[in-house]
Amino acid sequence: MDKSLQWRILKDKLFVVFLFLFVVLTAVPLFLILYYIVSNGIAAINWDFLTQLPKPVGEVGGGVINAIVGTLILIVTATLIATPLGVLAGVYLSEYPKTKLARTAGLFVEILQGIPSIVIGIVAYVWLVEPIGNFSALSGSAALAIMMLPVIVRTTEETLKLIPNTLKEAALAMGTSHSRTIFRVIIPNSLSGIVTGISLALARIAGETAPLLFTAFGNPFINVNLLQPTHSLPLLIFNYATSPYEDWHRQGWGASLVLIVIILCFSVSSKIFIKRWTVQS
Amino acid sequence: MADVLVGVAGRIPMANDATTVTTSQRDFHKPQKERSLFQRVLVCSAVAMVLLLVGIFVTLVDKSMLSIRTFGLGFITGTTWDPLNGIFAGFPYIVGTVVTAVLALALSFPFGMSLAILLGEYYRYGWISNILKNLVELLAGIPSIIYGFTALFFLVPLVRQFEVSQGIQPAFGVSILSATIVLSIMIIPYSASVAREIIQLVPSMLKEAAYSMGATRFEVVRKIVLPYARSGIAAGFLLSFGRAVGETMAVTMVIGNANTLAKSIFDPSNTMASIIANEFTEATTKIYLSSLIEIGLMLFIITVLFDLLGKYIINRMRMS
Repeated sequence: MDKSLQWRILKDKLFVVFLFLFVVLTAVPLFLILYYIVSNGIAAINWDFLTQLPKPVGEVGGGVINAIVGTLILIVTATLIATPLGVLAGVYLSEYPKTKLARTAGLFVEILQGIPSIVIGIVAYVWLVEPIGNFSALSGSAALAIMMLPVIVRTTEETLKLIPNTLKEAALAMGTSHSRTIFRVIIPNSLSGIVTGISLALARIAGETAPLLFTAFGNPFINVNLLQPTHSLPLLIFNYATSPYEDWHRQGWGASLVLIVIILCFSVSSKIFIKRWTVQS
Repeated sequence: MADVLVGVAGRIPMANDATTVTTSQRDFHKPQKERSLFQRVLVCSAVAMVLLLVGIFVTLVDKSMLSIRTFGLGFITGTTWDPLNGIFAGFPYIVGTVVTAVLALALSFPFGMSLAILLGEYYRYGWISNILKNLVELLAGIPSIIYGFTALFFLVPLVRQFEVSQGIQPAFGVSILSATIVLSIMIIPYSASVAREIIQLVPSMLKEAAYSMGATRFEVVRKIVLPYARSGIAAGFLLSFGRAVGETMAVTMVIGNANTLAKSIFDPSNTMASIIANEFTEATTKIYLSSLIEIGLMLFIITVLFDLLGKYIINRMRMS
């Protein structure tokens, strides 16, 4: 083979090697992060950590049960707010895709997805904290719900578009009303897609901290009242990580591991639902 | 198909005599009313999406009016942030934001592009593709707060050591540099996934033509795929810029929160997002709060503009 051809083939091979080199370098920080979280986190987690309230500043020990309960309350409330609205909007977008309203709403939903979470936190503060007069779980959930909406709307719209038109026409042809067709035929058939969207949205918001800083705010005790401040795992990690106490750092790692596991559950469940996404017609 | 069916259903009564028309009208009366109510609910939910975004914008403008009236354009150009005397200006934060975001984009470029080329051109399917996809998803799935936490305890000391070894004063470790490194890792998934989608759009005819003339794969990527995908990749970076600008927690934890204009990348600084995160709950006066919300408004406008611009370019590419 002549020299220039050999050089060209060599360049071709070197290029792939370089690409993989960069990808491996990308994976390094990911594995370091996971390694630190798991190794430090497991050391911090025990029964007390998962079931007790935090000890006063300076005392060693205690747990993060208030933050775990708070996180669950926040994300359940956010889901309850975001799901009905998001699914209905998604139905509208897939049923009337050509109307002006659908185009505007679709565009606005996309923009909404790109808005920084901290800005949504500000808005939730103005809308719900200022009028009520104190920080509350409700305002935190509202901020998280706004962040969930775009994901739920999009996935609902896209799943509904996958449902064969013949299915809908069959229902309509038998004299079923539009709403009944949607609720009894279309939505049950696309349920797995919608649930996937909700899990994806949950994975997106479960670790959110910025919108909770001045809405849910934090609380050293377990709180189930939606109108009172509530702690959450991301907030606790932020407070503990930026504190000067060794023991709080240790607990911060534990809380990080718990948070990662929660998020992993949501993304794995969304993957399981995606596998069942295929519409049965 | 749906339209045809509706048309047929509508024609049946007309084909019959007058009595059938009246009975069918009576029969259809109830479902039709229900349908219109249901449609109204659907329309309301779509309108709610529009109102939500408009409401967010109006709220931000309304609440930052006090600061806009008091400081005017000086809010963007001034460098003093003095809560005690009620003087606020955001220039240092705008600089901090733009510098960290631009540097992070530059730093993440080779990594994001490598992933995109491998996923979009070399390994579209198969197990390698799955591994790479999972890598991207995991990177995107780790919450900001955990990036910040790990960076604070492992990256910041490294940066501090480097600063000490280079004799840079003050050697805090928390700095624009630390924030840039964390941000660059965090935006890799965004730029990679957009670039990958664009690279997959390159027509295979073009590539096959090049192969048939004896081009190697590297040459095809460099001379066909990348030039063709150039504007889409650029759009992907606009979208990533929007993400980087709005990223809050990880940056807040490692940037050092200094309210002065940074002179080098080793100085601690603040971004627009991090100043809001740090000081919003401490804002005791109306003008203080209003100034922070004005920074939030600027953040909103910047991210929306970059988002729209990036999506516009990508949509135009998808069409063609």
